Amino acid sequence: MSEPLLSIKGVSAFYGSIAALKGIDVDVMPGEIVTIIGANGAGKSTLMMTICGNPQAREGRVIFEGRDITHLPTHEIMRMKIAQSPEGRRIFPRMTVYENLQMGAATAEGGDFGSDLARVYSLFPILEKRSSQRGGTLSGGEQQMLAIGRALMSRPRLLLLDEPSLGLAPLIVRQIFSAIRDLNQREKLTIFLVEQNAFHALKLAHRGYVMVNGRIALQGTGRELLERPEVRSAYLEGGR
Amino acid sequence: MEYFLQQSINGFALGSIYGLVAIGYTMVYGIIGMINFAHGDIFMVGTFIALIAFLILVAIGITAIPLALFLMLLIAMLLTSLYGWAVERIAYRPLRGSFRLAPLISAIGMSIVLQNYVQLAQGARVKTLQPLITGTHTVLDLGNRFVVQISNIQILIVLTTLALMTGFTWIISSTSLGRDMRACEQDLKMAALLGVDTNRTISLTFLIGAALASVAGMMYLLYYGVIDFHIGFVAGVKAFTAAVLGGIGSLPGAMLGGLLIGLIETYWSAYFSVQYKDVAAFSILIVVLIFMPTGILGRPEVEKV
Repeated sequence: MSEPLLSIKGVSAFYGSIAALKGIDVDVMPGEIVTIIGANGAGKSTLMMTICGNPQAREGRVIFEGRDITHLPTHEIMRMKIAQSPEGRRIFPRMTVYENLQMGAATAEGGDFGSDLARVYSLFPILEKRSSQRGGTLSGGEQQMLAIGRALMSRPRLLLLDEPSLGLAPLIVRQIFSAIRDLNQREKLTIFLVEQNAFHALKLAHRGYVMVNGRIALQGTGRELLERPEVRSAYLEGGR
Repeated sequence: MEYFLQQSINGFALGSIYGLVAIGYTMVYGIIGMINFAHGDIFMVGTFIALIAFLILVAIGITAIPLALFLMLLIAMLLTSLYGWAVERIAYRPLRGSFRLAPLISAIGMSIVLQNYVQLAQGARVKTLQPLITGTHTVLDLGNRFVVQISNIQILIVLTTLALMTGFTWIISSTSLGRDMRACEQDLKMAALLGVDTNRTISLTFLIGAALASVAGMMYLLYYGVIDFHIGFVAGVKAFTAAVLGGIGSLPGAMLGGLLIGLIETYWSAYFSVQYKDVAAFSILIVVLIFMPTGILGRPEVEKV
């Protein structure tokens, strides 16, 4: 088997004295979609942020492309071609859509801004129509597309997506998930996805982890997890 | 009428100086949400560096006024911005992530440190500079006793301020540095997630703010010709008032607030009482804080999600 692109080994992280992650082990192989599902407050978003060095892991190591990035400052980690579409989307509200995308390209050294922009616009055509509108005036779905588009502008080798379906209408959710699948299948982009929408996430992902109270409780392929009775009862029944 | 016009010209020049200082307050507030109480003293340091630079230039024989002024400006901007940078690095950055009041207390401490340092290094007595830029132009002469005039130094102050504001607005709106600064202002955590070195951007903000304050300081020196180690306090509080009046966090607001404070102060001195001009400026601060806390161009504080 090849080397994992991202390897999280025994990572613990704290907010003050409260342990949010208690010894997490997760591997993401090149070209995979890996998902973490779990309830609110299980530590999924903390894991995402710990990969990006904010907060930094107190124990354990985060290894990206064979390099230990555990103690690098956030901006240096992101310059190694990891991009995140974070929880709550965090669009710059008083910048235009175009400027938000420009911010996304901040680490794309020597790249071709025009072709990166065209790629994002073809993935989410609505962004081109909205390009001179301020980020804060977009609808939730448009903001989510912008958050993903902004992350793509740096031409990442690993894309972290934190709850892209949160608070969106089912139609938009389907659109966003199909865009994620496209990115993975056509461009072989490796994606690490955190979701509460377990059904969609597990259907999409190659492999998944179930997180409970800062620990990994279960892991397996997406299909395996979808069929596990404990997953079905806790995260799926009635909750599609 | 002529008297009013004359006071407006005077107020405009003074307001330009306040506006340049106010930008430093408003930028720092925008990006890290703290009031940099040492900024007025950075302005004061700027006046001293400009004066010392001038004396050195004269000593080494550079007496052509335009060249001397230009070199003064360069030296003052360079050295004062180093002060601004150092203040952030020493007194504020170690406290980032600490409780909200910590950098504020540190800023007040830094203000005292700078004042005492200049007092010890330069002495407590006032320093004077003979007028370098002389000459006035008659704007309006209706034949009665009062002639409205504008002096060359006033023209210089307003033009310099205009040029700096134009350049600065361009940096903020159209360069990648300006975009990074706005990104940090709107969401510091997200800016870091996009690979922006937020510490560096914050340092540059302090650097630029101090450079603008030093230009204001040099203008003040040329305009009034009298400085001492204590001028930073009152000038600083007035510039802060200007930033609050214009809407703290808003760059055009800082400039507008500066002009308004300059005008109000000048009218007050002209029509009421020159002794109470500071009272006028500070009453405005109180009234604005009570009735219009977001200022003229400020936005209402929206809780970030």
